[in-house]
Amino acid sequence: MKKVSIIDYGLCNLYNVSNALEHVGATVDIIDNPNSIKESTHLILPGVGAFKNGMRGLSLRKLIDPIKEHINLQKPFLGICLGMQMMLSKSYEFGEIEGLGVIEGEVKKIPSFSPNGKKHKIPHIGWNRIICKENKILDKSKNYPSMYFVHSYKAECVKKDNVIAYTTYNDLKIPAIISSNNAYGCQFHPEKSGRDGLDILKKFINL
Amino acid sequence: MASNIRLIARLDIKGPNLIKGIHLEGLRVLGDPNEFARKYYEDGVDEILYMDTVASLYGRNNLSEIVKKTVKDVYVPITVGGGIRSIEDVKYLLRSGAEKVAINTAATKNPELIKEVSRKFGSQCMVLSIEAKQTDNGWEVYCENGRQKTGLDVLEWVKVGEDYEAGEILITSVDYEGTKRGFDFELIEKVSQSVSIPVIASGGMGNLNHLNRVVNESKADAVAIANVIHYNQLSIYDIREYCKSNSVNVRDYEKS
Repeated sequence: MKKVSIIDYGLCNLYNVSNALEHVGATVDIIDNPNSIKESTHLILPGVGAFKNGMRGLSLRKLIDPIKEHINLQKPFLGICLGMQMMLSKSYEFGEIEGLGVIEGEVKKIPSFSPNGKKHKIPHIGWNRIICKENKILDKSKNYPSMYFVHSYKAECVKKDNVIAYTTYNDLKIPAIISSNNAYGCQFHPEKSGRDGLDILKKFINL
Repeated sequence: MASNIRLIARLDIKGPNLIKGIHLEGLRVLGDPNEFARKYYEDGVDEILYMDTVASLYGRNNLSEIVKKTVKDVYVPITVGGGIRSIEDVKYLLRSGAEKVAINTAATKNPELIKEVSRKFGSQCMVLSIEAKQTDNGWEVYCENGRQKTGLDVLEWVKVGEDYEAGEILITSVDYEGTKRGFDFELIEKVSQSVSIPVIASGGMGNLNHLNRVVNESKADAVAIANVIHYNQLSIYDIREYCKSNSVNVRDYEKS
């Protein structure tokens, strides 16, 4: 029996994520304690806002270890936006802060200028094409679908294998989906990316 | 390659209805906003912007019920503006399914609100909405739907907004709004030059050349479109196809 749960750690609006998951056929629970994580088959960690507040929210509710355990057991996990960034080892948003560390890498601010001097508007807001490798949550045959991004920080993964899709903002390459086993992280918002975004959620809940 | 610009459908709301006016006044009822939003979504719109046109007068935003309905069918970001005065108001709208809020009047009275919203919900959620009217030596910020002067200079105010951590600027020209005469290109260009956060151009789009010019010359990052789509003069789908063949970068979208 599937149990799809969204983690509520106090700082974000969960309505859109749960609404989109229900739209693609899931029954969704919103959870905020370690026991409920253990009972879940599919975990979703959404999030907007600052990395530090996000990690503090998880820590206060004693959710960090249960989340790591869920991922270690190779149960499906999906981090969205800040939720994706928190999967990495650490972030440099308002000081150096430790993340969940399930994927080796760091979160850094999008630079204001590219090497050739072009100005990057920050936050990066908008629809960008993503280019992906073979994977289980996005159909590679779909011709570079566009997804809705909104972020000021980006992931930098140590291992190339962990980046299964990337996008380019101006001439800057940004990891769009990162993954390790059954843990996935989307920098963009699948719940706000129209049909192609909903497809990802559908594939995820069917993992 | 330049980043994709966003095509935003702007729906001004009064009570339960989509309305349209000129210079943000003289309102005419067009119908059920949800039906319009759904059509725009199916046509591939990038975002929806709902503005409660009378909220400031009554002191509260009444769009939560409309938003709750819209998000059942529309899976692109929805921004809600009009009459938002506090963190509580923002929380309520986000819980109804809004992705961002656009704040004008309350921010002009208390710029700290911009920072509070941005710190609490993320800067991506905080759109600073500005109603601009041309003066002899620039543009002045108005509020209460273009009825009330604030004494603030637009080009100074956008910088204050950026300093207070707004994530985006929505700039509406009251002079051009509803006229279909084109955007206030000079205003949009000056605003784009003044800040390094995204700028949404609003007010006055009457044809596709206007869109081309506001993106390529005035450097808008997003375009709010109202009259031409509400009156079915152009569809979002047509607009996107035009962009693609006229060196305005937009996302690809195929109709289902």
